[in-house]
Amino acid sequence: MEWLRDGVRAVAVPVLATLVGLLVGIVCIVIAGKDPVLAAKAFYRAVAGEPRMFGNVLVSTTPLIFTGLAVAFAYRAGLFNIGVEGQYLMAQIATVVAGVYWTPPAGLAWLHPIVALAAGALAGAIWGGLVGILKAWKGIHEVINSIMLNWIALFTCDWLLKYYLRPDNSRASTYDLQPTAWLKQGLIEGSRLHTGIFVALATVVVVWFILFKTPLGYEIRAVGFSSGAAEYGGISVARALILTMAISGAIAGLAGSVQTMGLNHRFNETSALVGYGFDGIAVALVGRLHPVGVVLAALLFGALDASSGLMQAMAGVPKSVVSIVQAAVIFFVAAEGLWSFLQKRRTKKEVTTA
Amino acid sequence: MPGPPRPSRILSDRTTREKGGKRVGLRSHPLPIDMLLRLEGITKRFGSLVANDHIDLEIEKGEIHALLGENGAGKSTLMNILYGLYTPDEGRIFWKGNEVKIRNPRHAIDLGIGMVHQHFMLVPVFTVAENITLGKEVAKHHILDMQEARRQVRELSNRFGLEVDPDDKIESISVGLQQRVEILKALYRGAELLILDEPTAVLTPQEVEELGKIMKRLVAEGHTIIIITHKLKEVLHLADRVTVIRRGKKITTLPAAGQSEDDLARLMVGREVTLKVDKQPAQPGDVVLEVEHLHAKNDRGVPAVRDVSFKVRAGEIVGIAGVDGNGQSELVGCLTGLRRPTAGRVRVNGQDVTGQSPRRIRDAGVGHIPEDRQRRGLVLNFTVAENAALGNHNAFARWGVLSYQRMVEAAKKIIGEFDVRPPRHDYLARSLSGGNQQKVIVGREILRNPKLMIAVQPTRGLDVGAIEFIHRNLVAERDAGRAVLLVSLELDEIMNLADRILVMYKGQVVAEVAAHEATEENLGLLMMGGGTGA
Amino acid sequence: MTVGFVTILTTFIVATLRATTPLLLAALGGVYSERSGVVNIALEGIMLTGAWGAAYFSYISGNAWIGLLGAIAIGVLIAALHAVASIKYHADQVVSGTAINLLAAGFTEFMLNRVWGQAGGSPQVASLPSIGGLNLSIYLAFGLAAVSWFVLYRTPWGLRLRAVGEHPLAADTLGINVYKMRYAGVLLSGVFGGLAGASLSIGLLSRFVDGMSAGKGFIALAAMIFGNWNPIGAVGATLLFGASTSLSTIFQLMGIQNIPTQFFNMIPYVLTMLILAGFVGKSVAPAADGVPYKKTT
Repeated sequence: MEWLRDGVRAVAVPVLATLVGLLVGIVCIVIAGKDPVLAAKAFYRAVAGEPRMFGNVLVSTTPLIFTGLAVAFAYRAGLFNIGVEGQYLMAQIATVVAGVYWTPPAGLAWLHPIVALAAGALAGAIWGGLVGILKAWKGIHEVINSIMLNWIALFTCDWLLKYYLRPDNSRASTYDLQPTAWLKQGLIEGSRLHTGIFVALATVVVVWFILFKTPLGYEIRAVGFSSGAAEYGGISVARALILTMAISGAIAGLAGSVQTMGLNHRFNETSALVGYGFDGIAVALVGRLHPVGVVLAALLFGALDASSGLMQAMAGVPKSVVSIVQAAVIFFVAAEGLWSFLQKRRTKKEVTTA
Repeated sequence: MPGPPRPSRILSDRTTREKGGKRVGLRSHPLPIDMLLRLEGITKRFGSLVANDHIDLEIEKGEIHALLGENGAGKSTLMNILYGLYTPDEGRIFWKGNEVKIRNPRHAIDLGIGMVHQHFMLVPVFTVAENITLGKEVAKHHILDMQEARRQVRELSNRFGLEVDPDDKIESISVGLQQRVEILKALYRGAELLILDEPTAVLTPQEVEELGKIMKRLVAEGHTIIIITHKLKEVLHLADRVTVIRRGKKITTLPAAGQSEDDLARLMVGREVTLKVDKQPAQPGDVVLEVEHLHAKNDRGVPAVRDVSFKVRAGEIVGIAGVDGNGQSELVGCLTGLRRPTAGRVRVNGQDVTGQSPRRIRDAGVGHIPEDRQRRGLVLNFTVAENAALGNHNAFARWGVLSYQRMVEAAKKIIGEFDVRPPRHDYLARSLSGGNQQKVIVGREILRNPKLMIAVQPTRGLDVGAIEFIHRNLVAERDAGRAVLLVSLELDEIMNLADRILVMYKGQVVAEVAAHEATEENLGLLMMGGGTGA
Repeated sequence: MTVGFVTILTTFIVATLRATTPLLLAALGGVYSERSGVVNIALEGIMLTGAWGAAYFSYISGNAWIGLLGAIAIGVLIAALHAVASIKYHADQVVSGTAINLLAAGFTEFMLNRVWGQAGGSPQVASLPSIGGLNLSIYLAFGLAAVSWFVLYRTPWGLRLRAVGEHPLAADTLGINVYKMRYAGVLLSGVFGGLAGASLSIGLLSRFVDGMSAGKGFIALAAMIFGNWNPIGAVGATLLFGASTSLSTIFQLMGIQNIPTQFFNMIPYVLTMLILAGFVGKSVAPAADGVPYKKTT
């Protein structure tokens, strides 16, 4: 039964951290003078009330699976990809370009979503890869460069939108994607659930495979644990870092592409970073950097996201409470010493986050 | 143990004493001696490991007392307790007759106990004066007075013959000088008792002589010294008395005079120990490694390898001796692909591998037992199985898919043939002891059948059993027709194993000595730049 | 036209000093924290909450000085969270810092709603006085930079702080309390982060705007690295960044219209990247920066 004990131990920290985070959220609700019980009811209704509500939960979950995977993947190499926001935005613009300005030849309409997704992934890979190159070549910490690129992406996308990608100043968004580039909606009656969720799950499998079943995955994990040993073992640390950031960026890019292709079918003007990237950090940490864990954590945060609207409507709970809960959860997962009484001294094949 | 503390003046169990520089027998009635320090029943546990098991120790004022034991025997733990870095689980400490509880290093320093650690506790970017005065700075109204600090340092330095420049940055001075700074640090704080942890690990034989003189001078000025060591020669050379520690227990305390290395070794390990490896004379064959006019710089851009040329043949062990920091690490780096040479050529079996990556060099048939087993040789957070693949993980993949099963098989082979304990391939490498970690590395490298094995400090920090094991394996490799290049800072190891010895000094090979002609004296001289050439 | 030129120059200098001030204060906070060995990415969040705190306390008391104190108090509180997580519980310092930034964003948005019931920003609040046309916070920033240099390099406390960041074990063996020194470093960064935030909301402006730190905390970190973890270096680096942000005002003054505003917005961030790419080789972090110190007893 050792595996059962290890399994429990693996999830114990994120579960406890989540509970504490939710507690913090309840405290905030009370401070705001609102009724936590009503909020809980709203939460339940938003998640499990009807199938279409659950559909919307999945809609919120989809981008989080991608961004969580992106952060988790980079973390395996010891890199903190906080640039998911920027990679997401650049991918969205790339997807718009592919979706608006390219028309597939007759009979090959099925190519369009693939091309659009590929464009997004490529844009994300470049935006992320740039950070990897600067780290590998110059040793600059990826956090600072990623954050700089987030802001640069924000302004770049704004510029492209306003100067090139819309018909006139009356719209606050780009041209629409051609229908051939859309991801089909309506998987669950009445909800906005689209086929992007399948792309997400497919990506989970691919990431798991890369990390644990390929030489590249071995190299990435070795570099993340000990770059000195990796170098000794013939692994090119620079190559691993660059590839990791590129792949991580590509996954983050897919998040953006999928959102555009499945929901709005255009790029809307935005003055602030959208937030999925930062949520992705919470998802990755709570999911213990494991692809399966990421899916579960994404569901949790997706549920929180999806219910925030109803919680505000029914119980008057402001949306910022969700951000606070997420921050608290990350915080308590990160403070690993806090949970040291749970830690086993030993030897199982378990991954620690930090 | 209950009962009143024993009086501080007791009878000594010395059987000889110094007279006119020679050791003479005592007169019929023993002299009364001052007891400076007494440890009673000291016990310290780390989890299930009993590092110190009810150890008693008595240190007399003015003596040089050696604490002898293998790596991992518990001597450092005991001294860390004395210095306040650990608190004992049981036992009492008596300082100058009074019981004390030493809570932290500050307390130990206030009592008059100073420690010179094995790995120097010096801030590399600070100057000598800053390091010496750190924590007890010379200041007026909270403003540093470095002028006065420098003066005080110079004064101390002159008094004890420990020459240093107060304004030098630690990162730019030699290891020997750094050690002097450490000693001055303790003296600056008024230490009466000096604990030196493995003080000669980084010194040449001549520097050990120097240290001996400094120690005698300190004793003459009223200090008492404890040296922690696993080196038998040091004990016989430097100490008045020696206490042997084995597996956490104190075995005995003896006067150093009249002991032999074999006696001490037997006490230290608990059984007969062969200090010399049994080996047949070498039968060297073809040239496997050819190094021609190699030049390389160190991490700071300073030339570290200056025109080095040598050959290693199949069936022989070539040893490179030298004090740490004379270019050995950089040389090994060039031979293993971890550093690019700036000029020269390296050939393995005729194939030019100059400046190639570690992967290419490994493919050319070179095995590498690295200097740093934890930061190079193993990925500590990988399992033993995953570590078995380190170095050629691509060989464990088919059609791009990695096979964990094959890694497990490779690990099982290593565990079986090299007696790795515990014999679990699924354990993280981090949970193995140093000796077993090294066995995994050695096993992995040997089982790949390299034509050339480069072993750097292969037995550092290991107990005698593991040392014997690894030495036997290296000789076996040689006898199987491989070429072995052994780089070590332990002169004994080189003299024991090597067929030919090259001495490196300031980046150059200054001498080549055949094993049967090598003595500690002539090697030591060469390592310091003396002797012929240089 | 000379008159035009002088006006432009003065405007440029003033704009630069104003832009530099919050960056400099935050960078100084970073120096204290990282010199003691703790990476503090949370400066952004501390700055933001400090800005809110300054506005809030100024609002309820009508007095900008109370606002200033309030900002410092809040900065210290938030920094304490990071300190406890990183020093006592050995959290990954980058993760802990990021969590705090998220918390700060959520918290300030939440409180914006609670206190003033409106999104976007607070109403006008009392602000710090100006002397000679320059706000007090500007003098504070440069003055504190000089003081910080002196403290770090000319006092025993400063020597010990730096020792703890370079070789905590060595400091420990000499009886220096590594944990206490690190707490001091991080809490000081809370003080300076709070001051930086106050300079934003009640120094250079007179209100709190949602998200007003806008990445300045990270630019301050880059400036700290560029300035080699040295207060005087931080002055030089933050002046450079401050100058880059005032470029857009200058260009507009000079009548250059056709460059899209987005490019001006980008300049500080692009500049940060370029400078880091060009100069990191010469910058050396404190040796033990970012590595939790685990005492083995």
